[in-house]
Amino acid sequence: MVTLLTERGRYEAAASTEGESLWLPAVALSMATGWELKPEGFCRDEICVPLSRGRESEFRRGEEVDAAKLFRYAGQPLAASRDKSVWSFGTSAAIRSSALESLEAPDIGLPDLAGKVHRISDHRGKKVFLSTWASW
Amino acid sequence: MPVWQHLYDELKDYGFMVFAVAMESRGPEAARPWIEAAKTTYVSVIDADHRLAELYNMVNVPEAVWIDEAGRIVRPTEVAGSGDYFRKMDRVTRTLPEEGKAMRESMRTRYMDALRDWVKNGNRSEFAFDANAARGHVRKQTEDVALAHCWFRLGRHLHAAGRAEEAEAALAEASRLHPDSWNIWRQMGDMKLEGKPNPDFWGRVDKLGARRYYDKIDMPGMP
Repeated sequence: MVTLLTERGRYEAAASTEGESLWLPAVALSMATGWELKPEGFCRDEICVPLSRGRESEFRRGEEVDAAKLFRYAGQPLAASRDKSVWSFGTSAAIRSSALESLEAPDIGLPDLAGKVHRISDHRGKKVFLSTWASW
Repeated sequence: MPVWQHLYDELKDYGFMVFAVAMESRGPEAARPWIEAAKTTYVSVIDADHRLAELYNMVNVPEAVWIDEAGRIVRPTEVAGSGDYFRKMDRVTRTLPEEGKAMRESMRTRYMDALRDWVKNGNRSEFAFDANAARGHVRKQTEDVALAHCWFRLGRHLHAAGRAEEAEAALAEASRLHPDSWNIWRQMGDMKLEGKPNPDFWGRVDKLGARRYYDKIDMPGMP
């Protein structure tokens, strides 16, 4: 089992690591990151990074995909613990920047002190002052 | 936070919400005393992984984004009314000289007045950017920054899992990749020191020299 950390949260998945590879069930990668290997390429939402013809077998074997290799191929950031038991997947600056430049406020749900999750989008119809602070 | 509560009380009938996010990797307990003391009635949430900083390209606190009724950004991430006057603070007594106090008051008032103006006047407010200006104010992000957020998330997880030494290395890598993020650097120190003040803070601030700690706020009259 490995732990997957993504902007969506934390997931546990059956996986095998070999060198720089991380073989995961395709459904686990999709659930944790939104990225899927499709006939048109490696895709999330409307973004697809095409794979060269004939290369699919490098990235897929049966129901598993090499998540680490796919992320590197698609220019998406990732980091792993030394023992390869914890993997952190991110989103490229290119995707982030184009999302922000669309001016549509990225949505997120975060817990209050009681654990109740609030989403920015819960407040559509109001003007929202989204502000940060810290105790440190 | 008492300032935000005051503002929320004043403006809530205009269709306004404060969505305040505490960047606290040590979890809700680190933020609880402040939230309870301010008796907040606006939305007050905890972001242990600094996910908001990742989504909105934030580097500091306090920073803010203004979002209209349709979920459109009218002012992208910027400093929420603070300035570098704090660098003139007496580092022992933690008090500001008169000139610094005046600057703090002036910046805060200008910022809050601008926010009020937008809440009451919407797109007609001179402080609401049109789409082109808003886009022009989106901070540029680099792939190193995107990778830094991955290392930060990993470091936070390893720290919570009790793998302190490896956590520290991961967080240091995040900070190396994203040296402009005071959030990452200060949170890293806070985790390591479990909330005690970081003795290296002023040294890192002094190293900025003529560079800013808080970016300039693009509003008339802001220094």
